[in-house]
Amino acid sequence: MATAAADITDHHDDHGPAKGIGRWLFSTNHKDIGTMYLLFSLVMFFVGGAMAMVIRSELAVPGLQFVDPGFFNSMTTMHALIMVFGAVMPAFVGLANWMIPLMIGAPDMALPRMNNWSFWILPVAFGILLSTLFMPGGAPASGWTMYPPLVLQTGDAFPFLIFSVHLMGISSIMGSINVIVTIINMRAPDMSLLKMPIFVWTWLITAYLLIAVMPVLAGAVTMLLTDQFFGTSFFLAAGGGDPVMFQHIFWFFGHPEVYIMILPAFGVVSEIIPTFSRKKLFGHDSMVYAASSIAFLSFIVWAHHMFTVGMPLTGQLFFMFATMLIAVPTGVKVFNWVATMWRGSMTFETPMLFALAFVFLFTIGGFSGLMLAIQPADVQYHDTYFVVAHFHYVLVPGSIFALMAGAYYWLPKWTGYYYNETLGKLHFWMSTIFVNVTFFPMHFLGLAGMPRRIPDYSTQFADFNFIASIGAMGFGLSQLIFLLVLLTAKKGAKADDRVWEGAHGLEWTVPSPAPWHTFTTPPKNRIAEESF
Amino acid sequence: MTTHTDEHYYVPHGSHWPVVGSVGLLFLMVGISSWLNGADAAFYVFLLGLAIMVFMITGWFAEVIGESQRGLYNEQVDKSFRQGMFWFIFSEVMFFAAFFGALFYARNMSIPWLGGESNNFFTNLLLWEGFESTWPTNGPGNIGGEYQVMPPIGLPLINTALLLTSSVTVTIAHHALIADKRAQLKIFLASTFILGFIFVGLQAYEYIHAYQDLNLKLTSGIYGSTFFMLTGFHGMHVTIGAIMLMTIFFRVMKGHFTPEKHFAFEAVAWYWHFVDVVWIGLYVFVYWL
Ligand SMILES: [Cu+2]
Repeated sequence: MATAAADITDHHDDHGPAKGIGRWLFSTNHKDIGTMYLLFSLVMFFVGGAMAMVIRSELAVPGLQFVDPGFFNSMTTMHALIMVFGAVMPAFVGLANWMIPLMIGAPDMALPRMNNWSFWILPVAFGILLSTLFMPGGAPASGWTMYPPLVLQTGDAFPFLIFSVHLMGISSIMGSINVIVTIINMRAPDMSLLKMPIFVWTWLITAYLLIAVMPVLAGAVTMLLTDQFFGTSFFLAAGGGDPVMFQHIFWFFGHPEVYIMILPAFGVVSEIIPTFSRKKLFGHDSMVYAASSIAFLSFIVWAHHMFTVGMPLTGQLFFMFATMLIAVPTGVKVFNWVATMWRGSMTFETPMLFALAFVFLFTIGGFSGLMLAIQPADVQYHDTYFVVAHFHYVLVPGSIFALMAGAYYWLPKWTGYYYNETLGKLHFWMSTIFVNVTFFPMHFLGLAGMPRRIPDYSTQFADFNFIASIGAMGFGLSQLIFLLVLLTAKKGAKADDRVWEGAHGLEWTVPSPAPWHTFTTPPKNRIAEESF
Repeated sequence: MTTHTDEHYYVPHGSHWPVVGSVGLLFLMVGISSWLNGADAAFYVFLLGLAIMVFMITGWFAEVIGESQRGLYNEQVDKSFRQGMFWFIFSEVMFFAAFFGALFYARNMSIPWLGGESNNFFTNLLLWEGFESTWPTNGPGNIGGEYQVMPPIGLPLINTALLLTSSVTVTIAHHALIADKRAQLKIFLASTFILGFIFVGLQAYEYIHAYQDLNLKLTSGIYGSTFFMLTGFHGMHVTIGAIMLMTIFFRVMKGHFTPEKHFAFEAVAWYWHFVDVVWIGLYVFVYWL
């Protein structure tokens, strides 16, 4: 590397970080852009989290307490949009930006300037979305799914909602193109596709899903826009259209979207569990095939979100069985994680704790998903708190825990110092206890028939709601510990290159903190050394 | 600047264009949204956004073309650009797929159901009595009033011929470029974008004809919606494609591109074939069947 470092200036237009704000505004550096993505998503996580606090405060006891029902609906809508598009997705893109080039031995993302644009569209998109809170008619309140005709009753916020979704889509598509091209074209010469780390694999598949479905969402919201302002009849029965058609188009995007939020999480967990089990990942290739199968199936299951809207019986049956089929590749993954740990020499640092909780709690979310997939049962569960419990189990102790696990796992590589392990463990235990206190009672509420997206409820639901609200406040406060971890991130012991005893992979061969430029020449013959 | 060998990766220097683009998008989106909400003056904000976007696109491309001409891009960068273009076109395909999906859904599901098929007997009887499922239709509410359908023979057929011919001419131009026959390249490239602009002109004429003579409008129920949205977005893409071809033509006139290295030419050619294929889908499913 020494010789390569010497002639960097010959071969790079780029010499080192620019001074001041220019470094961030005009960046073409995957690490800086990754950092911006991660910080942006953290801000959005707290903004969306604050909205969740409003929701749970209102729902703590029966009756209307703090907010009017319209604003409550705005909160559920905005919470979802911000968490999905502003927190979870950009956070995974941030991890992709930081780690994929390091993992595959690339100097940067393949298209660095477009990478920068992908990021800088996000503040614009979410600035526009958040500004709708102050508009006449309030922020969008139709639910993040934006079903017509309800969404067409949105006030001045309506076109802003549509165009901010367009911007999020443009950003995601450009980001995904970058990820795919980086993985396909920038790998170290001896890294064949099946030698790639699982995190890279899951992101490759995720990026493909994103490019395939974000334009479909763009099409769907464009039809909403023209129906509202230009007199088209896509979702108007009188004109030969159908509001249910929106649901079909939306969920053709929406179901792959849930895998977009969970596949990279699978990838993170598949990196962490082998490290702290000090064993090779069990069934690497079957993980790849499982993720690919999940991605394929994700395109043919969308109408399981619509079992109660009216569909021909054949449709109901098809979507029910196709959905249940997804349990097979997902089961392969869970089996592989458990088998990786089997007889491993395990230690339980914070990343491993989060990864373990992920395996347990995501699986609970998976099982409730299986219950929801059963059409006759779903008729009962549909639009109840059971659904809320289900998707929060896969998204909070699923995606968010994987993100936290990844953040703790790679923080020493990013900062060069170990984070405070005590604080990390405290963060983990508080989060894990409170996430269950929050969401587990919601299963019972849903089975008992409490509808979602309603600010008031029958008194029979009072106890569980109160417990859930306490859990939510606790979970919200626990996340402040993570802020503390970040603020003290550089106060710990100095980390060496390897960081974790059992860590394997190219990213652990570069210094900690990873220098501004890594792999200025393709690394050769280092892949084999890095596998177990 | 030394020439790059494949041994070394190329990472471009920082650029202010992405941020300029984001500012442009901000004005564009806020402008059009406010305008749609009835703030007439906001249209100027939209136009400002548009101007910034044009400034950004020309500036960004000028910079990239300059760097390409200075030989900064190695084989790997070329490959990245190619793959990026491929996936961009794939995303465009999926955008059109949403609208084709709406067309197929309306024709095969919603309209038959409004007509009482499947288990929708009472939908038809109670809500839309007397409505019979046909295509084309503006729905049981006769939204937009009586209209005539755009026949597949005539203008659309001529347009099909034009686009198919332009796909051939761009391929001939490509072969000429590889064979280093610059004169032939210029002629066929020019004829490609001229055919493209003629297509757009005829499409505009067809729209005027539809609005004035056939009472076929965007507001003519689901037929009008799918017809104008699909052909409209396609026409927009042809316009963009033709502008791209024109840009390539000017670059050819300036002596850019070699028989070995001409990514931009190929990217535009792919894009042109893509709009061509979409048109064939349109012609078959929107005009003909
Ligand atoms: Cu789904």
